[in-house]
Amino acid sequence: MLPLPRFRMFRPTTVAEAAGLLRDLGEDAQLVAGGTDLLPNMKHGLVGARALVSLQNVAALKGVRVERQSLRIGALTTLESLAEDGRIRELAPGLAEAAEAVGGPHHRRMGTLGGNLCLDTRCRYYNQTHFWRSALGFCLKKDGTVCHVVAGGQKCVAAASNDTAPALIALDATISLESVRGEREVPARSFYTADGIYNTTRERDEIVTAVTLPIVPGRTSGFDKLRRRNAIDFPLLSVAARVDRDEGGIAALDIVVSALAARPRRLAAAAKVPPGTRPSMDLVHRLSEAAKKECRPLDNVEGDAEWRHEMVPLLVERLSRRLGLG
Amino acid sequence: MSDRDERLVGKRGRRGDLTRKVRGETRYTDDIKLPRMLHAKLVRCPHPHARITQVDATRVLADPNVVAVITGRDLPRRFGIIPWTPDEYPLALETARFVGDAVAAIAALDERSADEATRRLDITYEVLPHALSLDEAERKVEVGLGANRKDNVSKRVDLSFGDVDAALAASDVVLEGEYYFEGTAHAPIETHCAIAQYAGDGLLTVWSSTQVPHYLHRELSRVLAVSPARIRVIQPPVGGAFGGKSEPFALEFAAAKLAMVTGRPVKILYTREEEFYAHRGRHPMAMRYVVGATKDGSLTAVDAKTRIDGGAYSSFGLVTTYYSGQLLTLPSFAPNYRFSSVRYFTNKPPCGPKRGHGSVQPRFAFECMLDRIAEQIAMDPIELRRKNAVGADSTVNGFRVTSNGYLECLARVEEASGWKERRGKLGRGRGLGVASSAYISGTNYPIYPNEMPQSAVQLKVDRSGVVTVFNGASEIGQGTDTLMATLVADELGLDLGAVRVVSADSDLCPVDLGAYSSRGTFMNGNACIAAAREIRQKLVQAVAAKLEVAPRDVFVSRGFLCAVGKENEAVPVTEAIVLAESRFGTLGATGWYKSPPKLGGDYRGGTIGASPAYSFTAHVAEVTVDERTGVVEVVKVWCAHDCGKALCPTLVDGQIEGSVYMGIAEALLEEHVIDNRGLHRGPNLLDYRIPTSLDVPDIASILVESHDPEGPHGAKEAGEGPLHSSIPAVANAIYDAVGIRLDRLPFSPGRVLAALRAERPEARRTALGGT
Repeated sequence: MLPLPRFRMFRPTTVAEAAGLLRDLGEDAQLVAGGTDLLPNMKHGLVGARALVSLQNVAALKGVRVERQSLRIGALTTLESLAEDGRIRELAPGLAEAAEAVGGPHHRRMGTLGGNLCLDTRCRYYNQTHFWRSALGFCLKKDGTVCHVVAGGQKCVAAASNDTAPALIALDATISLESVRGEREVPARSFYTADGIYNTTRERDEIVTAVTLPIVPGRTSGFDKLRRRNAIDFPLLSVAARVDRDEGGIAALDIVVSALAARPRRLAAAAKVPPGTRPSMDLVHRLSEAAKKECRPLDNVEGDAEWRHEMVPLLVERLSRRLGLG
Repeated sequence: MSDRDERLVGKRGRRGDLTRKVRGETRYTDDIKLPRMLHAKLVRCPHPHARITQVDATRVLADPNVVAVITGRDLPRRFGIIPWTPDEYPLALETARFVGDAVAAIAALDERSADEATRRLDITYEVLPHALSLDEAERKVEVGLGANRKDNVSKRVDLSFGDVDAALAASDVVLEGEYYFEGTAHAPIETHCAIAQYAGDGLLTVWSSTQVPHYLHRELSRVLAVSPARIRVIQPPVGGAFGGKSEPFALEFAAAKLAMVTGRPVKILYTREEEFYAHRGRHPMAMRYVVGATKDGSLTAVDAKTRIDGGAYSSFGLVTTYYSGQLLTLPSFAPNYRFSSVRYFTNKPPCGPKRGHGSVQPRFAFECMLDRIAEQIAMDPIELRRKNAVGADSTVNGFRVTSNGYLECLARVEEASGWKERRGKLGRGRGLGVASSAYISGTNYPIYPNEMPQSAVQLKVDRSGVVTVFNGASEIGQGTDTLMATLVADELGLDLGAVRVVSADSDLCPVDLGAYSSRGTFMNGNACIAAAREIRQKLVQAVAAKLEVAPRDVFVSRGFLCAVGKENEAVPVTEAIVLAESRFGTLGATGWYKSPPKLGGDYRGGTIGASPAYSFTAHVAEVTVDERTGVVEVVKVWCAHDCGKALCPTLVDGQIEGSVYMGIAEALLEEHVIDNRGLHRGPNLLDYRIPTSLDVPDIASILVESHDPEGPHGAKEAGEGPLHSSIPAVANAIYDAVGIRLDRLPFSPGRVLAALRAERPEARRTALGGT
């Protein structure tokens, strides 16, 4: 089989201890939670780290807590428990659906929310063995100088492939980070960048400790994913939506489309829907057609890019209708 | 066994190795760990076609964990499964012919060190021109991959039966169609693995996850220049093969050579990526068919032109090229037939036999053509097939047919699927399709010409009441071990648990040619019954003497031998064994199978495709097609298969379900694509998608028994036949659902949408999200 490279393993029990290790080890270190993304990538020679800092024994990072106006989810909460948690299913169904759509049962049992948020971007020219990439001549994201998706491209367009990311952005979540330099909070919508090489604003010495979701009356959410098989597959396209309703109709709306490029895309057309708009099929069609214009999948993951593009309005329409927008 | 109700044959039951497999106790090749064992990795060429100008191992050998490096020069003899086309070196000698072709092997103390060392081997290549598609192989003759180096042709076959041109000219309907099948991989869960041990006394032992231990034995001897008497080949349980392990591979030779060089055991386990480079998967084929018929539905002639993309080496290509035409003439066919097939070499992983070798692709094309003919003359497609069922005992190309349950297969799927009531009436977006096929129960001739048996079994009878079957055949998950135990248990009145099966070990078992071309049940089964009957005769004679009756009055029941009229003096089998051993000496027997002489047509190539018996299959598939997403879902498949006699019905069901699973995967998902750089498009199981348990349709397996006169208890094959027509059944169901004819596999959503649009321009607006 493909062997893992040699590495040292650290198992801190507190966040402070883990943060200290990241500082001390510097560039050599890499955080690991469930390992479902990191370990295959290490086997493919994509990760240079010579030391892993495991968060598995940091008890403080586990569990879901309902507070007065928010839902706080420890970063080490597994995707399986997220998908099954009755409180999440009720208060943030879009996140539960996204967690349930990740990989297969084994991935969800090992994989964590924090790990999924920090999932490395994926590309057909990147997620391959060292031999394959050497035969290709490597790529911009790793060991090479050219992009094979966009001929002559100078920017990496590897795709954000984490199912929970669009859900958290749509749900207006806040991500808590901690390092030896202190703690900070970042809105999920600002957490990702358009750089496929490293698509988050997380500093390398920072640890995602928790995700906080506001509890808003009248809120509903959902998630949908395009894939060729009913399990295992990373998304060819994903859509998350959140709708806030009040007596006047739609109070606020957010639709996020992902698995296109490095950064999940918030649909401008959805954010611009004025408060008080009434649900209608016309609204659904406007949103789905705008989505098709705003989103342009590239040939960056294994799946027909044209078909993925055509499916953008369809997924947006289906999810919008499911959430009662028309 | 005389009492039918007591026979195990024909009864459902668990396979003998079930508990061990479920509990994780089965020991596959990679589970074997020998003292002082080294791990080796192959170094592979990163260019589609290149001359190796220099190999410098200095940097590799500087690593204290590395023990040895070998290159093509250490193994300079060619091999090949077909004796007439040996064109592979274990490690490329002068030129490498595809991205992933093996050029060197490195043995190290551990797998990681060997893997890391592959990146430090300095190889200088001179890049050569390459051909990566059928069109390039035809056009770019200068690439010179053919044996004469003047073109890229691997094999050409032209055969003609009857007067095709005259028959087409006289036809009421003549349709043409072009089809393309990109090819698929076997994707066994167990990747190839081999271990070699070279003992101080000069005995070379090779454990390999092969399905042809005997051919491996011969080729190891030839390539390594070691007497076969000094080689032992052992095949441990195999975790899936599907034809992908039916010839020797680089790893077996490399492990053996490294073991000889180092004096230590050496293991090589292919990664998933290497599995895709070893390949031997289904050939890409571009097929052009012209089919004629009369208004009343009699097929008149079939004219086929097929271009076959063989990849870098010959493999079984000679046979594939014949099979692409020869295996089409059952079960419904025309009296005039001509085919022209050309296999080309390309700079891609070599293609070979995958379940339904050579004939799944033409079957797809032809059965789609039949559906079009039926529509053209307004005839029910099942009726068209029935009308053209080959009724005679010989096909247009001269194959003998001894048993034929085809019409029953058609009738059973017609009834089970509610065909008459439901077809065409399920509403737009849902449809039913039918297709049918036939397949061989073993090839009539061994791969290397000889007059010896093709299958053989030895029985050892122990005084304790245990009988051991030393069986040359390869258990690769299909269940031959269970079948052998069942046959012996029935002949001797033993419980299944009293029969042990030791298989595929060249030191212990007689020669069997291997698990390919669906030969196991027919050939191995006959061999086994012959051996068991010899023992049975001795038990009967010994018991007859004890009971003082004539041998013909003794019968075998479960656990006892009895005599007519003396039922209360039943002799336990164990006692019968003691009596027989006392009377005859140590008990043992051999049994073997040789196919009847002179099967096949009396023309060059007329024996290729000839089989002692043919199985028959009919499929009806029910699909839904989402016209907005292009997604096809196969809801249900009814598969009726004539296996002659279902000796172990649970295993036959398993073969049918596995075949349908694989066929549906090829219809909807799988596509083995090499890109325009010569790179595999995604040599892993994320990018090369095989269905998960959530993607499998409901499968109704229907067993049809035509009782072949020469089969063991009437049995024929069940391992490959039930795959063939599943693919065109889906294609025809898609047509019934939404009126599009798909001529290229797989039926991916993008292709379905494109075809819908070509059919109905207004579909485009629907897909765009309009009303």
